[in-house]
Amino acid sequence: MRLLSLAYTYLRVGILNELQYRVNFFIQILQSLIALVVGLIGLWLVFDHTTDLNGWTQPELLAVMGVFILMGGLIRAAIQPNMMRLLDDVQQGTLDFALTKPVDAQVIVSVREFRLWQVVDVILGLGVVVAAVLRLESRFTLPDLLGFLIALALGGVMIYCFWLMLTSTAFWIIRVYELVNLFEGLYAAGRWPVSIYPNWLRFGLTFLIPVAFAVTVPAEALTGRLTPLTLLGAGLLAAGLFLLARLVWRLGVRNYSGASA
Amino acid sequence: MKRYLDFYLTNMKTAVLVEFQYRWANYFYMIGMIAEPVIYLVVWSTVAEAQGGQVGGYTAGSFAAYYIVWTLVRNMNIVFTPYGWEERIQRGRLSMELLRPIHPLHNDVAFFAGWKLVVIVLWLPLAAFLAWIFKPTLQPSLLEVGVFFIAIWGAYLIRTMALSLLGMITFWTTRVSAIFEMYFAAELVLSGRLVPMSLMPEWVQRLAGFLPFQWTFGYPIESLIGALTPGELIGGLGMQALWIGIGILLVNVVWRFGIRRFSAVGN
Repeated sequence: MRLLSLAYTYLRVGILNELQYRVNFFIQILQSLIALVVGLIGLWLVFDHTTDLNGWTQPELLAVMGVFILMGGLIRAAIQPNMMRLLDDVQQGTLDFALTKPVDAQVIVSVREFRLWQVVDVILGLGVVVAAVLRLESRFTLPDLLGFLIALALGGVMIYCFWLMLTSTAFWIIRVYELVNLFEGLYAAGRWPVSIYPNWLRFGLTFLIPVAFAVTVPAEALTGRLTPLTLLGAGLLAAGLFLLARLVWRLGVRNYSGASA
Repeated sequence: MKRYLDFYLTNMKTAVLVEFQYRWANYFYMIGMIAEPVIYLVVWSTVAEAQGGQVGGYTAGSFAAYYIVWTLVRNMNIVFTPYGWEERIQRGRLSMELLRPIHPLHNDVAFFAGWKLVVIVLWLPLAAFLAWIFKPTLQPSLLEVGVFFIAIWGAYLIRTMALSLLGMITFWTTRVSAIFEMYFAAELVLSGRLVPMSLMPEWVQRLAGFLPFQWTFGYPIESLIGALTPGELIGGLGMQALWIGIGILLVNVVWRFGIRRFSAVGN
């Protein structure tokens, strides 16, 4: 309970901070629209040359793209900024300030930052999802919606765990700004359903980097492909990843020497 | 002249030493970058197979060649980012560089050129790995290999000029990220980075002909994978030279006006 109210306080401060810079809101809208247009061009080019991509039709792929944008917005609003700050702290030795606080340090480093304007992508992604669902031929039912929301939440947890493990490598390797690029590159694979990738890559995108669970599985829920078994697997994997991330983080902190503080 | 040569050689040597130290960071960067072409490659190979083996003149094998060569060309395309200019100008870091008796741009060009040497070495095993997995059809002639090696450096210079120009917009306004993103989006679509230009509709191809983008991306790739006639190969180098010339000219003009507006904020 105390941790929740702590997270809420940080969230509020983050929002208040961002509200000072309102022009950024419009710039974010412009940038999100540019990204959307580029995505649509890519989709349109593919369907200019073919009628279906490995069993996925155009509206179904639009749904995948919507989830991709939505989840990307969530990551950039709540997960990535925290991890970037953690990277900086490890490099500069200022992580001391987080470690000396009388609450679990993992919670602190995970909730300190929030980028309100990135929520534009969440809304835009939701819009794309709705547009796609309206164009689907199959009926969209309440269980589908429920499955979608659960899958989305589990996907978010997995991405967080993955990011935390990636960031924790900073305790051993110091200069890791390139990690952001690494993550964004791999996350971009989620723009398409993972079933189109060759086996080895699909395996990697499912278990090493949980892009499949973050984007494809929620999109499967939207397009009536999701089985209860997949959802159960997602739940188990999320729990496993969470424990693993916790372990890696603890090992990392033990290795931290507070370079200059 | 010797002064410049010395400057370039020393700077490049420094870059090589620095970047080899950070080889793991460099590798992370590359692996992240390789995801992009692999995605395009998988999507378009799938399309090609669905269309009975080829689409827009490309088979799965030649798509593989296109996107594997893509990875090296993309690496050559990385230059001092306009966001770096933004920081340089906003934080006043440029003041320090202005004190040197040499144009700051030389510093960027030399350092990144040195870095490229490290990048090429690090790229080779990755390229071998990708080739082993995706089985590209690639049989370049000697002329094609020669043109390719000049063309990747031409691409490097064109993009250096273009992004420096873009970065220098920060002399006039400090909210530039939206402008930068618009540029990158146009570049993505019109350069051959997203798909080979032959897959684009006619009118897009014609539009791209008037712009510099494809000379930094599509052309170097196509020069190696055998998509061009000898005339087009040599003509392409000429076009690159033309765009480098235009770029240098514009950079000088914009620099002259921009630097007057620079007031070393925050230093």
